Amino acid sequence: MTDGVPLERRGVAIRDTYAEAFGMRATRLVITAASPRWARIGADALTGFATSVIGCKVEAGVEAELGPSETPDGRPGVSVLLFAFDAAGLGQRVVERVGQTLLTCATAACFDGLPGGTERAPMGEGLRFFGDGFQSSKVIDGRRFWRVPVMEGEFLVEASVGVQRAIGGGNFLILAVDAAAALAAAEAAVDAMRRVRGVILPFPGGVVRSGSKVGARRYKKMVASTNDAYCPSLRGRVGVTSALPDGVHSTLEIVVNGLDRAAIEASLRAGIDAACRPGVVEISAGNYGGKLGKHLFPLHALFAEAAR
Amino acid sequence: MSEVRLTLRQAPSVALEAPCVRPDAFATLSEAAIARLPVEHGREVVALGEFFDVRGEHADQVRVEGDVRRVKRLGAGMIGGSLIVAGSAGRHTGAGMSGGSLVVEGDADDWTGLGMRGGRLVVHGNAAAAFCGAAPGSSRGMTGGLAFVRGSVGVRVGERLRRGVIAVGGSAGAYAGAHMVAGTLVVRGALGPGAGIGLKRGSIVAGGALELLPTFRYACRYRPGYVDLLFASLERHGFDVGAMAAGAFDRFGGDHADLGRGEILKWTAS
Repeated sequence: MTDGVPLERRGVAIRDTYAEAFGMRATRLVITAASPRWARIGADALTGFATSVIGCKVEAGVEAELGPSETPDGRPGVSVLLFAFDAAGLGQRVVERVGQTLLTCATAACFDGLPGGTERAPMGEGLRFFGDGFQSSKVIDGRRFWRVPVMEGEFLVEASVGVQRAIGGGNFLILAVDAAAALAAAEAAVDAMRRVRGVILPFPGGVVRSGSKVGARRYKKMVASTNDAYCPSLRGRVGVTSALPDGVHSTLEIVVNGLDRAAIEASLRAGIDAACRPGVVEISAGNYGGKLGKHLFPLHALFAEAAR
Repeated sequence: MSEVRLTLRQAPSVALEAPCVRPDAFATLSEAAIARLPVEHGREVVALGEFFDVRGEHADQVRVEGDVRRVKRLGAGMIGGSLIVAGSAGRHTGAGMSGGSLVVEGDADDWTGLGMRGGRLVVHGNAAAAFCGAAPGSSRGMTGGLAFVRGSVGVRVGERLRRGVIAVGGSAGAYAGAHMVAGTLVVRGALGPGAGIGLKRGSIVAGGALELLPTFRYACRYRPGYVDLLFASLERHGFDVGAMAAGAFDRFGGDHADLGRGEILKWTAS
């Protein structure tokens, strides 16, 4: 799991620990519109309030902006990824979100971005009823698309989406001398990680300031509560075992979900490398001792593999 | 050898029915066995080898050469493989095919693709009457697959089309898409009288002149999103959609003398 060999990049120590992630189901939607602006509006609306399955039932984010040559209908587009614990739940979220945010979005259309997915979840199949019997469908190259008449013209939506096994909860922590340094490093990391296809960073701006621990000390009903070991204001408090080295006064976390292990590793590697900059003391990662998820990402191994 | 090549020695005096010419069937046969396959020459049943030189065996890539305009049912019922007719083909070519690729490099006679169920059928020249149509009395025409003609087609193209896509690079004769139940018929050029008569559902995309039946009603001018998906698919398969790649469509709903849930999309450059 760990190698015990010190590792640093540009003077920033990378702790000999690992990120712990867990299995999820994911799908990719390709949203197109009359212009990049409207495709992005649709994508942002669809992926809003989707930071954590704990409170949002789904985790979602923008994967990439697509040129006309990369979309099924030759219009500008955005690909988004959605993650949930199972295919059935993911399908429900897809229907809810596409119905509320893309059916309503001017000029938007929505396509399956994983046509080879081993499992299928409904999309247009669940939304076509908005057409009140006036809807119709077309089968093109073996894929069914529903045409739902709307006041603007037609909403075109693929009947179903592919679902595949995926990984959620890849992460690393940026331990910095102050909040400004932590934020600058996080922003640099996010910019680098978003260039990797097959991943999303579901939290606001790709950054989490409120990393959590499982359950709570004081409140039984809480399934997650503040990660006191990394809260600088709790250092020295009775009952708190701080994980922060001396000189660390702010911590930010980057969480990454990916379609496969290779995408998450590439993203973590790019993000950690970009985050190693002045003002950052150490890079660490969140884990639960290997008891929560079966996907472990040792930080040192990320760079050992890159060196090979 | 990776191909079976059939070369017609001389054109038959009467029509030769050769539904045995199927690439999926040839894949398991020796050269001698292929030559022994039965064909009907008028009232006589004779061996395929009496009319064709057979070269190659155990291959699902088949090429037919010579003047086969009087050879009927080439590729009829085929379920896979590739059949190329290096010239013009006779009637019922590819009738009932459900898979594979059939290419006619010349013209195709009547009933080509009749009741087609799947696969890909391409005619580089023109096609005569009832291309991908329905047999008389049948409630169903084509039920799947993609068929296109680079040239023009005769009367009753796509009659009773139920599923699949038909595209025509030139013009279409009378009663194009008559009694369609679903599916899509694209005609780049002009359509003859009676286009879409009895249309229940489905779409006729008309790129050229069109004399609309009075039982179709104008709805709006727009560019449906699926049209771009369809055109992209056709372009990938080698069919040029021409000027329809841009512009808008006037939508006419009908046929209101029947179920009336179909549409004719009349292309306009504006």
